[in-house]
Amino acid sequence: MKKIGSVLGNVLAIVLSLFWLFPVYIVVVNSFKNRAELYESMLALPEKFNFEYYVEAMDKMNFTRAFTNSLVVTIISILFIVVLASMTAWMLVRKRCKLSTFIFNLFILTMLIPFQTLMMPLMQEMGWIRDNLGLPMLDNLGGLVYMYIGFGASMAVFLYHGFIKTIPVSLEEAAVIDGCNKFKVFWRIVFPMLKPTTMTVIILDVIWIWNDYLLPSLVLSSKANRTIPLSTFSFFGQFTIQWNMAMAALTITIIPVVVFYIFSQKYIIKGVAAGAVKQ
Amino acid sequence: MKKRKRIEASWYALFTVPLLFVFVTVVIIPFIIGIGYSFFSWDGLPLNPKIFVGFDNYIRLFSDSRFTTSAIHTVVFTLFSVVAINLLGLAFALVVTSKLRTRNLVRGMLFMPYLIGGLILGYIWKFILGDGLVYLGEALGSSSPLFSNWLLDARMSMVALILVSTWQMAGYIMIIYITGIMAIPDDVIEAASVDGAGFWSSLFRVKFPLLMPSFTICLFMTLSNCFKIFDVNLSLTGGGPVNATEMFAMNIYNEIFSQSNYGYGQAKAIVFLLVVAVITLIQVSVTKKREVEM
Repeated sequence: MKKIGSVLGNVLAIVLSLFWLFPVYIVVVNSFKNRAELYESMLALPEKFNFEYYVEAMDKMNFTRAFTNSLVVTIISILFIVVLASMTAWMLVRKRCKLSTFIFNLFILTMLIPFQTLMMPLMQEMGWIRDNLGLPMLDNLGGLVYMYIGFGASMAVFLYHGFIKTIPVSLEEAAVIDGCNKFKVFWRIVFPMLKPTTMTVIILDVIWIWNDYLLPSLVLSSKANRTIPLSTFSFFGQFTIQWNMAMAALTITIIPVVVFYIFSQKYIIKGVAAGAVKQ
Repeated sequence: MKKRKRIEASWYALFTVPLLFVFVTVVIIPFIIGIGYSFFSWDGLPLNPKIFVGFDNYIRLFSDSRFTTSAIHTVVFTLFSVVAINLLGLAFALVVTSKLRTRNLVRGMLFMPYLIGGLILGYIWKFILGDGLVYLGEALGSSSPLFSNWLLDARMSMVALILVSTWQMAGYIMIIYITGIMAIPDDVIEAASVDGAGFWSSLFRVKFPLLMPSFTICLFMTLSNCFKIFDVNLSLTGGGPVNATEMFAMNIYNEIFSQSNYGYGQAKAIVFLLVVAVITLIQVSVTKKREVEM
């Protein structure tokens, strides 16, 4: 009796989660159907796997270009955020003084500010820098990365700060006696110990930067610079919607996310939990 | 001695200044000049004059019916979504922390929508709740109002937004509840069952009181996230039909970039910040208080 109950429980749980992902099923099956088939039997499996809409959607979205742009922006931004924020947080923890407290509080307080409050003045400032200092801050992937480093700083410093506080100083002191300078102490001894926090920062920032629409939509204007959310937006804005092609487009944009998820599910769930609880 | 101090200071600078410089130019400076902009009337064109209007922008807010309507929409949307997300998130967490063998798979699938960005999510549902329902109704030969394009109706569009946000956030909130449930020591639950507590009384009398800290975190996190909704709003309804689902964040965006009222829009953005700050500060003080009591 108990065994039957547990089998039933497992089946119910699986049915529940399949039902939860039903919208994804609708998108995928309809990406293979022609117009008539989509119209008549939206819920059914496709009669045959027809990839023509994928080819067309990838072409119209300029998908390979958008994918590369998204990948470059995400990876380089996170690299800088991890390196700079861990270094800063370490100094703020180890050097106890009024300045450190002030800088830390500045990072924390600004986490309150919603992006909408900063977007317009930020664009004005970056426009001014471009016009007067000649730096390519707008319509440039480098400029976008620069802004992501700024927006990602607070949370990364906060997470690293909390973790570094729990690490005893004694190991570092031993290295100093052995004649290591601060740079070596940090990179050889401290940074490897920060791995759990580094994973959390990477996971949270991948989810944020990969999916972010508003900031890139304000910074990037030319077609060649579009990231995946931007090219999806222009795809849906530009063409009178042919749903089968649109479903193919959405499927292509979901695939990288699913692949990333399958390979790092353990870290993602851990990272999201750690990040959420600490906030 | 003095030399050593100087060396210490330069290490400090070497480690902190690069990030601080980026941070100040991207967050602090725009914040300060943003406050300044909110006191001016300006259409965003560099050659046109910026006229100082003092607090006029802020006073105008209260008589701007499109703005106040968007604020009401946001409150309604937020209330319903917060309840729906937390109920489902908690229910999912209870399923996933039971002793089912498939729990990891189930947890993974329920969490999945959170990883797909808000913009893409909105487009997925735009098909389902729009033309999709119409096609389905025709295929089934049903003329029930359920099988119509929800996104053409003001009230159903709001329901659609609540539904899609719930789909996006429930799995995420589930993760936080799971952390809370896992933190309840097994012997407490066992003690309760030895004392004769059944499933429901163990749930309501033992688990829920111990989950209070998670409730607070989840409530406020969903509250501030829903309040700031933009991406799903943009792709699913675009604020339509006829601004019926235009939320706070989108109203600010439209005021600045579509209507070209840069100063006035920035004043709205400052008010937006104040509201978000109040929600978050209440959250922090409530959470702190709870921690002391525990």
